[in-house]
Order: sequence, then C-alpha cells, then structure tokens
Amino acid sequence: MSYYDPKDLRKFGNITEWSEELGTKFFDYYGKVFEEGALSAREKSLIALAVAHTEQCPYCIDAYTKDGLQRGVTKEEMMEAVHVGAAIKSGATLVHGVMMMNKVNKLDG
Amino acid sequence: MGKLKTQSLHKRDSELAQSNRQLEILSNGIFQDGELPTFAKKIKETNQFPLRPKKLEILQINVGYMCNQVCEHCHVDAGPDRKEIMTWETMEQCLEVIRNTGAHTLDLTGGAPEMNPNFRRFVEEASKAGIKDFIVRSNLTIIRANKKYYDLPDFFKKHNVHVVSSMPHWTRGKTDKQRGEGVFDMSIKALQELNERGYGMPDSDLRLDLVYNPSGAFLPGDQASMEKDFKKALMEDFGIHFHNLFAITNLPIARFLDYLIASENYEDYMYQLVDAYNPAAVKNVMCTNTISVSWDGYLFDCDFNQMLELPVASKVKHISDYNEDLLNDRNIVISQHCFGCTAGAGSSCQGAVAE
Repeated sequence: MSYYDPKDLRKFGNITEWSEELGTKFFDYYGKVFEEGALSAREKSLIALAVAHTEQCPYCIDAYTKDGLQRGVTKEEMMEAVHVGAAIKSGATLVHGVMMMNKVNKLDG
Repeated sequence: MGKLKTQSLHKRDSELAQSNRQLEILSNGIFQDGELPTFAKKIKETNQFPLRPKKLEILQINVGYMCNQVCEHCHVDAGPDRKEIMTWETMEQCLEVIRNTGAHTLDLTGGAPEMNPNFRRFVEEASKAGIKDFIVRSNLTIIRANKKYYDLPDFFKKHNVHVVSSMPHWTRGKTDKQRGEGVFDMSIKALQELNERGYGMPDSDLRLDLVYNPSGAFLPGDQASMEKDFKKALMEDFGIHFHNLFAITNLPIARFLDYLIASENYEDYMYQLVDAYNPAAVKNVMCTNTISVSWDGYLFDCDFNQMLELPVASKVKHISDYNEDLLNDRNIVISQHCFGCTAGAGSSCQGAVAE
C-alpha cells in the first residue's frame, strides 16, 4: 500500500479542525491566490501544475490536472508546463555545476 | 464523415441499455452504504425536499433517438440504430399543446431532431404558434451529413429558429475523441454556413449558441471563462461567431455511466458531483421550469428522467391528456443522477443556473 491515498485529498480541508485560525487563514490565502488577477486563473492553474511536478506532490498533480481539464487546457499545454518545471529543476541542478567548477579550480587549478 | 465513435448500448446489448439497471447502480454502492448522501437526503438538509415545479417556462420535446452520430457520452444512447421516432399523430398532439401553453420556450431535441421525417412540417406548424424562443438542438454535422440536409441553415432562418449546437472543444483532437472522427471539421463547416446566414453574428437576432460538455470524467469549468476561450479560439482559427456558450455537466446515465464504470472513474465522479453540490443551483434546476416530452408522447421532469424511464409523478402522464395546472402540482422525481444538475454553478439544457 502506498503512503499516499487519493481519497485523502478530499480531506485536505480537515487540517483546519486541529488549528482553526491558521487553517482558515491558509485556505483564504490559497483561494485568493488563484482568483483572476493580473494573471488569469487559467495561467495560474498551469503554473500550479508545473510546480506540482517539481514538488512531486501527487495530490497537487491530481488536483491541477483535473483543474486544467475543467478549464479546457489541452494535454499539449499541460505537457509544456511540465517541461517548464523540469527545465527549471534541471537547470537548478546544472547551474550548481559552476560551484563544482569553482571548487575544482580553487583546489586543483 | 469518418467512422462512428462507438455503438449504442442498445446495439451492443449492454445491460446499461436497461434504465432499471442504471437506476440500481445509482442507488447501490457508495450511496447504499452511506459513504455518500443520496440526493433526497442532500436536498432535505437545505429544506428543498420535495422538489416542486415553479412556473412552466420550457416545453422540451424529444422527437426521436435516431442520430447520425454515436457520441461517446450521449445520455440518450442515440445512434443510427435507434428506431424510436415521434409519429405525426404525436406531433399533432404536441402542436395542440404548443398553441396553448404558457411556456415561453419550445425546445426540440433528439437524437438528431432533423432526422425525424416530419421534422420540417412540425417546425413549420410550431413556428406559427408564436412562442417567444424556438430552439432546435442541432448536432451541426447533420447539416453536412447528406445533400437533403444542406438547406437546413436557410430553413432555420426562415422560421427564426434558435440554433443550439454541441461543441465539446475548440480543438479537433478533443472534439473528435468524444464525437467521432471528422466531426470537428464538419461542425466548423456547418458553423460557417450558419454564420453566412447571419446566425451567431454580433447584433443578429438569429441566435446561435454552443453547448460545451466535458470530454471526460471531470466537471465543466466556469461558463463565462470557457465562453471567452471558445470565442477567441474559434474566431482566430476559423473566423466563427456565436452568441453564448452553455456549459453542461455530464450526468452519470446511459453511455456516460458506461464510460465512467469502464474507465473506473464512477466513484470519483460521484464524489466530485456531491462535493460540488450547490443549494443555490437546486433553486433553479431545470426540472422546476421544464416539461420533457418523449418521442411517444409521455411526460417527464427532464430529458434525463425520460432516458431513465422515470415518468412525472402526476395524474397527467401523456401529451394527449396535457393539463398544465395539474402537471405543475407535482413532486419532481429524483435520483442520484440529479447531483449532475446541482454541481458548482449548476447545469441545465440552458447552461449554468446558479445566480
């Protein structure tokens, strides 16, 4: 059995039961973040999908894939968003290569 | 048109072709063991049980289940093999009612209503009754399916018919996946022909609305946002105009129920519907202002109840005994499929309902 149960996503709201003030503040904030603003709710949904992948959060991938479908987002758009996340993630790894190069040059240059 | 998407449940001899089997599924499992509340229990929580009609506004007539398409999610289980077609005799009984009803909207649906051999005669007669809004639900491809239908845009215009057409997505791939290969291109061509006659054009009185329903096991997004995206894409890609988009939730009956079960999405989908339950949508749910007439003249609270063979709970059962006052004094028949009309912004044949 997996540690992750898809049914737990529906219980997300329950976190408020053990800390009402913080839980409520979080969900108010969360709701506000995803409203139409300078960015459209559709654009925000695609950002969330990309971040869901870089965070490797199964609940978030589940939620924002469905959210995208509901908004008419195509699978091509979804995959491009995932690649944006992947590019940043791999870029973040590779840019640390400069740190490695600096160290090599200092110790053994 | 290319090959049909699938076969009707009737043609396949599927057990889901039987309405009582569908109703069993909708009442067993998660609803029987109390994991999810039944629709009756849910509306009792907000004192909306029993559901009662308000003023009758829409008379919806299903003139037959025959269709040139076999869409994956059709709640009618329509297709070329369906032989249930309204006779002229029943149409005459309907015309009598149309001439005297207090409803402001007449809504013809099917199947493909145009495939009824008496469709044109019926429209000609019905349009004389002076009903404010006369809708024909056209699947668009029928207009291009055969030469004998090529003049439909002109025919609709002549009788000032309000055309409401299905369009699952603005991309070819998603549309054809749901409705069959080649459907997208034919639909685009049909929309362009309707536009050429003035249908859907800004400021035109010739109304052309599109119906969007999701291509899979998820709910429709916000109707206004979807309309914006549809308008932008159809204008940019094909120069197409239309007036409004109705976002409709797929109800878990007939071929959509079959799809949900086969794809192991049934329970999750029912959870989605129940979680999205909106008491404000219950207030305006379409069965409160609509009467649905079947191909053989029987009366139902909605087209979905018609397909589930759940007749109106009234002494008046048939169009030949039609009495609007008596009919309005009834309780609406419900089951768990009704959660489809009360999820989120609500859903009806006219789109979202929650104010």
